[in-house]
Amino acid sequence: MGLLSDPNRRQALINLLTRLNAPICFVCYFAGVAWFMGLAFEPFTLRTYMSENAMGSTMVEERFPAGERALATGREFAAHKKKVGGMPVDWLVKTMQARGLEVFTQSFSRTLPFPDENTERYVVKGTNVYGILRAPRAPRTEALVLSAPCTPGDNNNQAVGLLLGLAHYFRNQVYWAKDIIFLVNEHDLIGMQAWLEGYHHTNVTGMDWSPLQGRGGSIQAALSLELSSDVVTSLDIVLEGLNGQLPNLDLANLFYAFCQKIGVLCTIQGKLQRSDWDSASGYNHAVQTMMLMVMKQASGRPWGDHGLFLRYHIEAATVKGVNSFRHYKTDATTIGRLLEGMYRKLNNLLERLHQSYFFYLLPSLSHFVSIGYYMPAFGLLAVILLLRALDLWVQLSAQPSRTEDGVAGTEQSNPGVLSVLTPLVISHLTGAALYMLPVRFQEVAVEHFPVSETEAVVLTAIAVYTAGLALPHNTHRYPDAVTLHHMGWRVLKLVALLYLAVLLGCTAVINFSLGFILALTLVPAAAYVTPHVPKALSAFFLVALSPACTLLFSVFFFQELQEMPVSFQDGWLLYLSVIAQGMLDHYLYGSLVFPLVALLVYPCWLLFWNILFWK
Amino acid sequence: MAAHRCRYLACLLLLFLSVILVTMSQETTLGHEQHELVIRPLHSGDIYASFQFRTVWETDFMKGNKVSHYRLFPKSLGQVISKFSVRELHISFTQGYWRTMQWGQPFIPSPPGAELWVWFQDSVTDVDATWKELTNVLSGIFCASLNFIDSTNTLQPSASFKPLGIGNGTTDHRFLRYATLPREIVCTENLTPWKKLLPCGSKAGLAVLLKSEKLFHSSFHSQSVHIRPVCQDRQCKSSSWELRQALNVVFDLHTSGQSKREWSLFKMFSRTLTEACPLASSSKIYIDVTDNPQEEQFELSPATPLLSQAVVLGDRRTFSVYDLTQQVTFGTVRSLNLMIRWKSSEGDMLRPLLHAERYVTGYGLQTGEIHTLMYNNHPFRSFPVLLLDSVPWYLRLYIHTLKVISKGKDNNPSYIHYQPSKDRERPHLLEMLLQLPPHSVTEVTVQFERALLKWTEYTPDPNHGFYVGSSVISSLVPSTVAMETNITMEQPLFSSFFPCKEESSYFARVYTEPLLVNLPTPDFSMPYNVICLTCTVVAVGYGSLYNLLTRSFQVEEPNPGLAKRIANVIRRMRGVPPL
Repeated sequence: MGLLSDPNRRQALINLLTRLNAPICFVCYFAGVAWFMGLAFEPFTLRTYMSENAMGSTMVEERFPAGERALATGREFAAHKKKVGGMPVDWLVKTMQARGLEVFTQSFSRTLPFPDENTERYVVKGTNVYGILRAPRAPRTEALVLSAPCTPGDNNNQAVGLLLGLAHYFRNQVYWAKDIIFLVNEHDLIGMQAWLEGYHHTNVTGMDWSPLQGRGGSIQAALSLELSSDVVTSLDIVLEGLNGQLPNLDLANLFYAFCQKIGVLCTIQGKLQRSDWDSASGYNHAVQTMMLMVMKQASGRPWGDHGLFLRYHIEAATVKGVNSFRHYKTDATTIGRLLEGMYRKLNNLLERLHQSYFFYLLPSLSHFVSIGYYMPAFGLLAVILLLRALDLWVQLSAQPSRTEDGVAGTEQSNPGVLSVLTPLVISHLTGAALYMLPVRFQEVAVEHFPVSETEAVVLTAIAVYTAGLALPHNTHRYPDAVTLHHMGWRVLKLVALLYLAVLLGCTAVINFSLGFILALTLVPAAAYVTPHVPKALSAFFLVALSPACTLLFSVFFFQELQEMPVSFQDGWLLYLSVIAQGMLDHYLYGSLVFPLVALLVYPCWLLFWNILFWK
Repeated sequence: MAAHRCRYLACLLLLFLSVILVTMSQETTLGHEQHELVIRPLHSGDIYASFQFRTVWETDFMKGNKVSHYRLFPKSLGQVISKFSVRELHISFTQGYWRTMQWGQPFIPSPPGAELWVWFQDSVTDVDATWKELTNVLSGIFCASLNFIDSTNTLQPSASFKPLGIGNGTTDHRFLRYATLPREIVCTENLTPWKKLLPCGSKAGLAVLLKSEKLFHSSFHSQSVHIRPVCQDRQCKSSSWELRQALNVVFDLHTSGQSKREWSLFKMFSRTLTEACPLASSSKIYIDVTDNPQEEQFELSPATPLLSQAVVLGDRRTFSVYDLTQQVTFGTVRSLNLMIRWKSSEGDMLRPLLHAERYVTGYGLQTGEIHTLMYNNHPFRSFPVLLLDSVPWYLRLYIHTLKVISKGKDNNPSYIHYQPSKDRERPHLLEMLLQLPPHSVTEVTVQFERALLKWTEYTPDPNHGFYVGSSVISSLVPSTVAMETNITMEQPLFSSFFPCKEESSYFARVYTEPLLVNLPTPDFSMPYNVICLTCTVVAVGYGSLYNLLTRSFQVEEPNPGLAKRIANVIRRMRGVPPL
């Protein structure tokens, strides 16, 4: 450590870093992006492998025979659903009881903060039905969950049928060591949220639910089943959960292993695996798959009913049946066998799934990128902020010696701090307004403007966001000492850079994808902005890199990735609905992306905006 | 003449026989043996079989005289009793959870895992040491992990566990020890030593049915041993030891592999009965036919003319009785295979007067809350319950958050005995006497914090979670018929386990499910990484900072030129101070 303790060499290092600051930042940025893009290249990734001993080497046989009967049950369920016009609670209770389960129901109700126009929900009332298969000679300490949502229309009847068929078959087996809970939830995520809150007797989102009567102890793992056709061509596994949480990688491995064993095509993000990794199109395919996962994870929303389990430290995934035009079809018996195999292996678990990774990205089902490989990409971006901060720090500490005006030097510090505090407070107040106002003022907005509630909420949010751009111009009136004005923005920028670095660092640890996407746009803006750059061009540049525009680009990019490109008009509508959805996710399920952006990221960005217009 | 001699011989034989009979009857005063199997068909189609074997050893043990003649009483247990001055001993091994909602009350309740409670005689001076030794001995006798009972899971309940035998006068709970091992797995290795305690082993009588491959192919399995002093006669002038061995098992209709709704002894136990144990003074099978007076629910074959009524758990039940000591019972085929054929389909869930459940709430690994729910389903009568909660020390209970709520209102316990835990020494003990209002749910909640254990204190499978034993709810439940308070009267074994003090209510004990709680667990698979990382952080971060902080910085003189150095050498040689 002679480098730091020797003042000469330290000075040399600092000189080097300040002199070459801009080139190093450029190199870091492009290295970060290149590293990230390299993650999808197959030779750089690891093959997935089963880490959990209890699931790896043990043999299970799959014998589920009754796929056709399960489908018949599904049709019966559909008929009853149509007759009742919703969840056929009585029929489900009776059917589950006939299969030898202990059956319970839970009713719940929830008034959304504003109407959800995508699913046309406002006041939601429903009932969950679940049956518990009690494991013989087990003391009700552990449970597994298999759930299927009861969705309106003709969707998902086969999933409920298969669930009941599996329940019937599982009930007659002797080898269960954990209770198995078969859950049919109404209003998909809202019902699931009510059930999970009821099961764990918590209330994080202010929902009304009736307490549960039967429990099976601590839930070890859960699968949610979505199946809308009698035969499928492939099965898709969805892993991304609330706030970008992922289940243990072993659950995905288990699914993949059984798909291989039984011979079912399996996909992730709806993308099949390709073997030609060395061709450009093969690499492109892997990048697409990984980017889809990054985008979904960054959104912080649960991408299936499983997503809400993860809060309770329950490993969960959604298995979706896909029926495309491919020639080779898989019948319900085979899917039943696959699920049977997975449940038997989960039943063998001695401990919770913990051996494998919790932080990973999947460019395909057979390869994964672990946290150790993807974090450097983020680190390279974050180091830019630190380098810029170092540069500013050096400039700030060099200035007093340059002016050599002792009296001014000591008095500079106090107004300096004040001049930083004011924009900090104002920008955070704007952030708080962005968080609070849209939902609070929806009635007022609806009264005065010809818009629906949902539109009112989204447009208020955009209005507050835009108004925030105008606000901070006035903040630098307070430090009226003229000598300080060239110091002021440097202090502010130093604080803002460190603030952003901490903010992005914390976000990336919790949700890498969100942190990375934010860093990708915010870091160049933060590194570049000073009061001395051309105003109009820089303002455009800064706005284009602001969180709201990041979201807009992400919407288009996501559509592009899904191979469903949209026109600008549709994209804008989609963008509005995504904003509404993000807020609903926060209020309904406790997703943290909206408060994070509104209360922290946006104010931080406003600080840079403030620097640009520093006079 | 020949006829005369014949008669003479016969007389001699008779005389001889009577001598044998007399000696035998004298021997039976030293102890007698009752065997019993109760079968209760359950509404769900399942079947509940409960074996009880009772051995009475008529010896006065309190005097402290050494006994060496045990006869029917197992010697291994007899020696344990006398060596450790045990007054009462109750031990149970259970695999599974008794589902009160579907099966009603069991004849002898037990919690999942192993449970042991012992009353020592007041002559014992060091109870803890004796208890420690006793658990180790029992661990050997029953092939169980009872040696894991130590001070961290031993309790001294003040009110919940009263002696069941005579001598109720001395109820100083210093002589009581109670422990459960909720994780104990019960299997054949526990069944074999248990069967060896029976007088006929598993060679004859009801015990031939106890085949492990069938007993462990069930929904619930529980075996227990209860030793207590009882009165020899009505006046209770002298006492004797009673050993009860009970085995409860519930067979599941669905997993039995047959689609027909029927049960038989052979289907349950893969054996039929051919004889009673010759050492048993009575050996009977009871079948609960209370709900089936006209055979509308199920059909029983072979039919028996014997019916018996008994008051069990507050209700008058009717039983068909098969006496195995009578040859008639076995019929012409010389084997008894009872058959029960269900006629009706599945019934509803039962509504037992008292049942309870318990669960952990919350998420995350820092705090949590234990909820215990107790249901009183009696339409108009309230009754008292004693709740015993034992929580290991690594869940730190916040006792100020204890709340008892019935029907939305606070329910103040009339008696609370709380003993706080000591880290690594003893568990929390919470005992409360509560009045359950009629037709209500009473909810007891208490918050806790999860402790971070030392790294050697984790079990080999820490991510499985840690067990918290069942709560015990002891209660006097109002009975629908008058209970029999005279315990010496001849009555079936299953109805006479808990002594009954008053006619209007009966004693019931309910166990809740054990809890599985996850504690914050370090990643044990990465000690190497952790060591490397820590060393790096210390070396690079701390080291350099320390270096910078402690080093004194000085402005270095610029290097003197070559000429100056030579001049200095010369000056030093001359003895002049250098330049």
